[in-house]
This record gives sequence, C-alpha cells and structure tokens, in this order.
Amino acid sequence: MAAVRPDPDALLARVKREETKEKRGKLTVFFGATAGVGKTYAMLEDARARKAKGVDVVVGYVEPHGRAETEALLEGLERLPYLEVLHRGNNLRDFDLDAALARAPQVLLVDELAHSNPVEGEPKPRHAKRWQDIEELLEAGIDVCTTVNVQHVESLNDVVAGITGVRMQETVPDAVFEKADEVVLIDTPPDELLERLKAGKVYVPEQAKNAIENFFRKGNLIALRELALRTTADRVDQAMQEYREGHGIRATWAAGERLLVAVGPDEQGERLVRAGKRMATALHAEWIVVYVETPDLIRLSEGKRNARIALLRLAESLGAEAVTLGGASAGEEIANYARERNVTRIMIGRPRRPLWRRLFRPSTYGELIARTEGMDVVVVGGADDAAALRNPFFARSRAFLSASAEPAGKRRWPGYAAALAATAMCTGLGMLMSPLFELVNVAMVYLLAVVLVATRYGRGPAIATSVIAVAAFDFFFVPPLLTFAVTDVQYLLTFGIMLAVGLLISDLTSRVRLQANVAGHRERRTSLLYAMSRELAATRGQEPMARVAVRHVGEVFDSQVVVLLPDGSGRLHHPKGPAEPGSFHGADLDVAQWVQDHGEQAGLGTDTLPSAEAVYLPLTGGQATLGVLAVLPANPRRVLLPEQFHLLETFSAQVALALERAQLAERAQRAQLDAETQGLRNALLASISHDLRTPLAVISGASSSLMEKGDALATDERRGLARSIFDQSQQMTALVANVLEMTRLEGGGIALERDWHALSEITGTVVGRLASHLDGHPVRIWLPEKLPLVRVDAALIEQVLANLLENAAKYTPRGTAITISAETHGEEMTVSVEDAGPGLPPGDPEQLFEKFYRGTPEGAVGGVGLGLAICRAIVRLHGGRIRAERRPGGGAIFSFTLPLEPAPPVPAEADA
Amino acid sequence: MTEGKATVLVIEDEPEIRRFLRSSLGAEGYRVVEAETGTRGAVDAGTQKADLAIVDLGLPDIDGIEVIRKIRGWSPMPILVLSARAQERAKIEALDAGADDYITKPFGVGELLARVRAALRHATRGASGKNVLAFGEVTADFEKRVVKRNGDEVHLTALEFRLLACLAQHLGMVVTHRQLLREVWGPSHVDHTHYLRIYMKQLREKLEADPVRPRHLLTETGVGYRLVADAD
Repeated sequence: MAAVRPDPDALLARVKREETKEKRGKLTVFFGATAGVGKTYAMLEDARARKAKGVDVVVGYVEPHGRAETEALLEGLERLPYLEVLHRGNNLRDFDLDAALARAPQVLLVDELAHSNPVEGEPKPRHAKRWQDIEELLEAGIDVCTTVNVQHVESLNDVVAGITGVRMQETVPDAVFEKADEVVLIDTPPDELLERLKAGKVYVPEQAKNAIENFFRKGNLIALRELALRTTADRVDQAMQEYREGHGIRATWAAGERLLVAVGPDEQGERLVRAGKRMATALHAEWIVVYVETPDLIRLSEGKRNARIALLRLAESLGAEAVTLGGASAGEEIANYARERNVTRIMIGRPRRPLWRRLFRPSTYGELIARTEGMDVVVVGGADDAAALRNPFFARSRAFLSASAEPAGKRRWPGYAAALAATAMCTGLGMLMSPLFELVNVAMVYLLAVVLVATRYGRGPAIATSVIAVAAFDFFFVPPLLTFAVTDVQYLLTFGIMLAVGLLISDLTSRVRLQANVAGHRERRTSLLYAMSRELAATRGQEPMARVAVRHVGEVFDSQVVVLLPDGSGRLHHPKGPAEPGSFHGADLDVAQWVQDHGEQAGLGTDTLPSAEAVYLPLTGGQATLGVLAVLPANPRRVLLPEQFHLLETFSAQVALALERAQLAERAQRAQLDAETQGLRNALLASISHDLRTPLAVISGASSSLMEKGDALATDERRGLARSIFDQSQQMTALVANVLEMTRLEGGGIALERDWHALSEITGTVVGRLASHLDGHPVRIWLPEKLPLVRVDAALIEQVLANLLENAAKYTPRGTAITISAETHGEEMTVSVEDAGPGLPPGDPEQLFEKFYRGTPEGAVGGVGLGLAICRAIVRLHGGRIRAERRPGGGAIFSFTLPLEPAPPVPAEADA
Repeated sequence: MTEGKATVLVIEDEPEIRRFLRSSLGAEGYRVVEAETGTRGAVDAGTQKADLAIVDLGLPDIDGIEVIRKIRGWSPMPILVLSARAQERAKIEALDAGADDYITKPFGVGELLARVRAALRHATRGASGKNVLAFGEVTADFEKRVVKRNGDEVHLTALEFRLLACLAQHLGMVVTHRQLLREVWGPSHVDHTHYLRIYMKQLREKLEADPVRPRHLLTETGVGYRLVADAD
C-alpha cells in the first residue's frame, strides 16, 4: 500500500469548494500587524501593476488618511464615487456597494475589510459590515482586494486586547479571512514603522503622538508583528494540509476531532468561546458551544440572560454550533451530551469562586473530569481583565433586546409569604399535637411544609421555610419555651439535622420541578412541531400548506408570519386569497427576494440587513429555494435566542419539505396528465382511423360503382348500394358527433340547460328516434305512473339513454329484449337499462366508462369506445352517478341516478 | 299534391347540398331557385316570387337569422331553416325570428319533403285552418270542440283542448314552448315549461295508443312540440 486512497467525500468537498471558487470572485487580503505598515500602499501598487497588464481594475473605496503617497498612487486609477451618507447629522463618505455591483469590474479595491457600515445612516446600508458587502461582491463574481489588521480578526481579538489593552470594536469573522484566496502579509519592522509614524506618514502629527504613546509602543508592535506572522504561517500550513489531503498523504492529526466548549453566565464566557475557536482551528475540529441552564442560571437577571444570547450568537458567528441544555447539574448534562456527540475534547473555564463555595460543592469542571473518560478536558484559567473587556457583539445584541425587555425580576414575595404562612400553620398544628405526640413528630410537620413550599415556589422560599421552621421549632416547642435559648444540648443536633434535611429537600424538590419544566418545554416544542408536520402532511397544494405554516409558526413564536412563494419566473409575491389571521402583511419583498435568490437568511438577528424588523428565512428544498418565510416577532427575543432561532429553522425546514412534496406532486401530476393526454390522443387516432376508414371505404366504393356502372346495374342493386352509402354515413355522423360531444364535455364548454322534464317523454323521444337502429331488439319501458319531473338538460339525458340503448343493442344477440325502468329513492331517481345479453366483460365494470375502452377486442364491433364515457360525463354534470353491474340470470344493467328537486306546482284546472 | 308548382328558394352556400336539394325537390315537381349568399337570397325571395324559402343558418356573408328577419319584414312565406348545429338555442332563435320550421343536418330526403309539404300546406290553408282533423285513432272537431278516439268521445280539459288546437293549427310543424305557453296559458306563463310536460303527458295518455311512444304528439327536444297527422 504505497499510496493512501483519498477520502472521496473530502475530495468531493474540495472539488465543490473549487467549483464555487470558480464562479466566485477571488478575495485577496493585504494583511498587516497594525495600521501604517503599508497595506493600502501595497494594494494600490498591485492594482497599478494589474492595470498595466490590461486588467479592468477599479478603486471602490480607499481611505487616504491624507497620506500623500497614497494619493499619488491613486492617480490614473478609475475610482467609484463615494456614497454620501447622512449619519447622526454628519456627512460621511462611504463605499457604494450598488455602484460597484453595477460597474462590475474585473478587480475591485475596497479598503478596510473590518469597517462597520453606518447602520443608522441614511440611506440605510444593506449590510452591517463591510465584509458582508465584499461577500456580495465575490458572490457576483467580482475579484476583490482589501486590507485588514491582525487585531480585527475575530478570534485574535482578545489576544490583541491582552497585549495592547485596547479592544477593537470592528472585527471580521475568521471564516472570511480563512476563505480568502490569497493573503499578502505586509511586514514592516517596528523601528521603521515608528519612523513612519513620527514622519506623519500614518496619522496626522497630533494623532501620531497620541498613538505612539498608547497603542504603538514598541513592545506592542513586536507582539502584533509576531501574531501577524504566525497567523499567516498557519494559513500556509493549512494550504499545505489541504494539498496533502488532496494527494492522499496521510494526515498526522487524529481524525474526527470534536471540541465542546462549555460556557456559563460568567464574564469569561466570551474568552472561552474565542479560545475554543482557536483550538478548533488548530485541531481542524468541529466545535460546539454548550450552555447549560441549571436551576441557578434560570433565575439570572435579564441582563445576564441577554448576555447569554449574545455569547451564543458570537459562538455561532465564529462557526460553532450553539446549544443550550437544561438540567440540574451542569457537569452531568455536559458529560452526557459530549458522549452523545462523540466529543473528543472539552474546554471549560475555571471560575474564581470563594473558598467556601469550592468546599461546599464540587466545581463543574471537577465533576466533568470525573465523568468523562477518554475525553481530554481543557480547563482555562480565569482572567483578571475579563470583566473589563467588552465586545461589540454584546453591545449590538443588547441594542436589539433592550427595546423589548420585559419588566425585570419576577416578583418573589408571594413565595416568601407562603414560607411564613406555612411555618405559622405548622406551628399551630404543632401546638395541637404537642400534648399528644413527641417533639420529633412536630419537627416532621415542619419538614412537610418545606416540601410543599419547595414544590410550589422553588428553592429560595423553601430555604427560607427551612430556616424559619428551625427558628419556630426552637422558639415554640423546645424548652425553655418562647425563647431561642436551648437547655438541652442535644436539640442543637436536632436543629442541625432539621436544617440540613430542609435544605436538601429544597434543593432536590426544586431540581425535580425544574427538570419537569424543562422537559415540559421540550415536549411542548416537539409536539408543536409535530402538530404542524401532521397538518402539513394532510394538506394538498402549496398555498394551503403556506396557510398552515403561517398559523403554526405564528402561534409558536408569537409572531406575524407570511410565506412568500415565487411565481414561474422566480419573483416572490404576497399570497393571494384570504389571509390567515395573524398574517404578516408588511413583508419587504425586496429583502425576501434577496433571500430567495441567495438562499440565505436576512433581516433581524442575521448578518444581512440586521436592522430590519422581521426575519426572512429561505425555505430551502433539495434543489431550490421554494419560497421565503418572513417572521415578524412580537418580542424579538423569541427569535434571537439561538435555540429559538434553531427551532424556527426547524419549522422552516419542515415547511420547505412539505412545499417540496407539494411541488413534486404537482409536477408528477402534470407529467401523468401529459402522458395520459398523449395516450388518449393515440387511442383516439387509432380508434378513429379504424372507424372512419371502414365507412369511408364503403361510401367511396359504393358511390363510384353508382357513378361508373350505374346504368348497367339493376334497380335493386342501385338501391342497395345507395342504402349502404346512407347507412355508413349515418354511422360516421354518430361517431363524429360522439367525438365532438366528448371534446365539448371535457373542455368544460357545456353549460347545462336545465329545465323540468318528464322522464317518460325523454324515454319516448329516444326510443322513437332509435326505432330503426333497434329493430330486432324489443324495448320494454317500465315507468311508474307518478314519476316526478326532473330538472335536467333533456338533450344530454336523451344522449345518455340513447348511448345506453345503442350499447345494449350492439352487444346483445338480435331478438333479446332491452328494458328501460325507473324508480325513486328518497332524493334521487334511478334509471336503468337492462339487457339479456352475454353480460359484462370480466374485470372491473367501472373501467367500461373509461374513454376508448371497448368490451370486446378491436374490430368485432364498431365504435370508438366513447359512448359510456360520455354517459358518465353527462351524469356527473347532473350530479348523479352511473354504474354497470351483472344482471342476475344473465345480461347487464346500466343504471344512473339523477337528483330530485321539489317540482314547482301546477295549478289545478277547474273542470279537470 | 296541389302545391306541386310551388317555387322553392334555396339559400345555401355549399354547392353539394344545393345540388342534392335541387335534384330531390325538382323530382317532386317544385321549381327550385338557388342563392349562394344571404344578401342575394333576401333579394331573390322577392324577385323570384318564391312560395317557400329554405335558409341555411351558416352563411358566409350574413347570418341566416338576419336573412329570415329580412324576408319576414315583407313576406309571410314559409321559411324552413337548415341547421348544421345541434344546439337548440340556434333553432329557437331562428323560430323566434320568424322561421316556421327547421331541419337538422344531416337529414334524409323524406324528412325534408315532409317539412316542405307541411309548411306549404299551412301557408295555403291560411289562418282559417281546417275545422276537423284526424290523426291515428283520433278525430278532433275544433269548431264543435269535440274529440273522439275510436268513435268514443274523449273528455279534454279546457287547457288540454287549447293545447291540441294550438298544435293542430301548425299541423306538421314545430311549435316552440314559448309559443304554446303564450297561446294556451297566456303571456305571463311563457317560462313555465313544466305545465307543458304535465299537460302533454295527460294529452298523450288520452289520445295516443302508446303514450310512452307517441306517434303524433312528438317532442322536439329543447325546442317544442309537433303534431304529426300521419307518418309520411
């Protein structure tokens, strides 16, 4: 085994990546340790070189900082005009994304990858961040050159902050940097950089002085330079690894690393997430950020809970899967989850806790280490500056949340009041008991109160109950009575045990309560999802499905919802027809269309147009985006919480699945219809060509004999020939009439001309008309004397009867009788045509009514096989049914029903 | 065959149909005049002194109905309509415009000649009509208001009698539902076709040998009724 076969999946993934790279524009990043190393300068020089080679290069946006060198380089390069933005009363000059997309050059220069667009500016930017603008440019197939400093890379952000003490507000997700096709490191030795600073080549003089004293200390510069060099080296290393994978060189790392980062509500959560990102990158591992909601954490303040949302969103933006777990013990939950997900490494912070707490309860990480065999546990020490660090993610998310934050702090006093009341009642009960029972039993009664309060009000009030109970017990029951003093020392032990048991009960009961709550929530979610799936499964057609989705998603997320479906040309439209209550009418079709076209989320809580009020999710099916789900939450937190967001995504996936099913069904139906039409056409052609050819042959033969040999023929012979011409033409007439009638019936071009008719009259007319065709078949008519009138289209019902009669005559031996009868049952009349012939062909009688079906093989009996199909169509038009059955004793019965309506009155005649 | 010398105007654009009409009507002794277009036919009806016109509804220049109205504007001559359409609506429209009867394509010579004879007879008899009519087992004296079947008097109600009289007046020709209802029940009842169903049933039961298979009181589905004295 000289060569190792490359994993086909990995190869496929690489090919895919390269394919998308093909279509996407190329991203070149000019990367530096700090401002002033000459990134922009290098980028412009590169642009000039490209232009000299004839490449279509345009400067989209360059921040000149008033640097003369830069200005000089800009000479001769095509520049896009700045976008004038009004932001908080100031006029800003910003990059014009739409102009760039419209100009669509081969290569576009956009400075400052980490720049934040003025979200509150006017006009509103499409994206919050410039890197998103650049994503869109790349997506449009435009090559982009840009610049970024090491401190702006998201996962390095706090490392840099650690070095320099300055935290950057503007960051770029690692993924953007990692996906860059080329990273050009611009390295300038610190001394030279300081020279440039002092010479005013980076900042204007007074700014420069300030900068040198703070950020641009030589120590900082050396550290940053090292960081930049290392990051670039890592990239080179990664490219190398990719190359090795592609060529079947066995990788050196263990396959399938999966990292779990456990975070809590404390300040080091953010540090942990960033550290996790670095480790995951280094390990090439998938990573999961887990937050465990324990009883303690559920009672956190509003602010801390919002911080948790921001933390989990940060994790997602760094490429982690964010998960919230519920449970009583964080250690246990994490360990279980880690086993479930085959995690290989767990990273957890070591909180700085007071000594007494550490003694009282084991730390989560201790518990974790004990419970996870075969997994590495990495414990990250607490950082002193953690509390001081603030991240724009927190700031931004809080901005979203503050608008809708509920009044903080649930009122707890009823719980504590209950604690007091329960203790008082127990004391009363104890008073009654004490003459009869021993004091130990009174203590038991107090413990009962603790259990009750814990079950109903949770841990806090339960603990309070425990403490008050012990005090009350001492005061009221332990001698000397009505003092807290204790004469018998052994009661101290009683108090101690009583308190301990009380506390334990509080804790256990409240855990049980919480777990029941969590389980209840989960179950509710699952059942909601199930309810929607079930209703979707029972629904046919895309629009009805959309309405089901609107109702369910609206209910679950307390939102206004709309499902926008594309038309044939892919344009989205607001739904037509009656809207579901709670429909979202104000959906922005432009945003939705963007989502539809790109198959990506947009709006609230996403990276694109985050200032929108609603969330727009693509309904992504197997092959295409089937529509857009727009959700306007009454409370943004309902959607922003990662688990809720994922639940929303799950709902939208369900809807997409259902829509796809509907679409496939529609397509299949259309295909079947096409095939059927094609089949019908063939059958019709075959049938008609046979049935027309025979009479035509007879007619032309007979008439040519008459024409050429007429004089030589005897009168009888001439008459005979003329007779066959007449008969055959009659047959053709009937056939053509049938075909036309069928076409008319199928085309829906028939409006019934209903009128009141007597069945006896219709029957008489038909029998009279067909008399010549039916000779040899005696027709019996059995109609009750008092048959009510029916409201029908007489001409059509005549045709039904005629076809049935002709059929009976055609398929039964000469001389056998045909019977027409009718009877009424309740609200309908049944009309039957019976014959005494050979009966029905084997098989399902229902198929006799199919078009072009013939009971006997081709040729034996003429006819297109439309007669019964026409009968069925006409009877159905009248709201009746038609069926064929075998007649007991031989023969067949064809019967149809007609609905009866109360007939209008006929005034009686005086002299009748 | 007293009307043997009558002149029949055929307004029809299909030469094959014209040829067939010419030969069959000619063989019966009628003088046949042909017109290919509606406009031409409306003029010829006057200039050729026609006694009866056969008008095709599907003419190339103007609608057959229009031709009927033009002729009806100045002449009471009987007009027969040739209709290729099976739709009753067109027939009723033609009858309302003043046509006397219709015949649906394809048709046999016998049927055509019977209609022509009935129409000419009705025209020569004029409004006065015959007072006594015999058909099948029935003789009806409209002056004496006596109807007999196989010699025995049959009691008809007033409405039944008026219905029979109305049909007899147009013997051999179709009478539309509206026409019958207007003449028998009065102008306010023209939509009550169910009256007709009931009374026609009663009439048949009193006068026809087999009321379910009438030989004289015939139904013209969707159009009206026709009284035929004897099968031709």
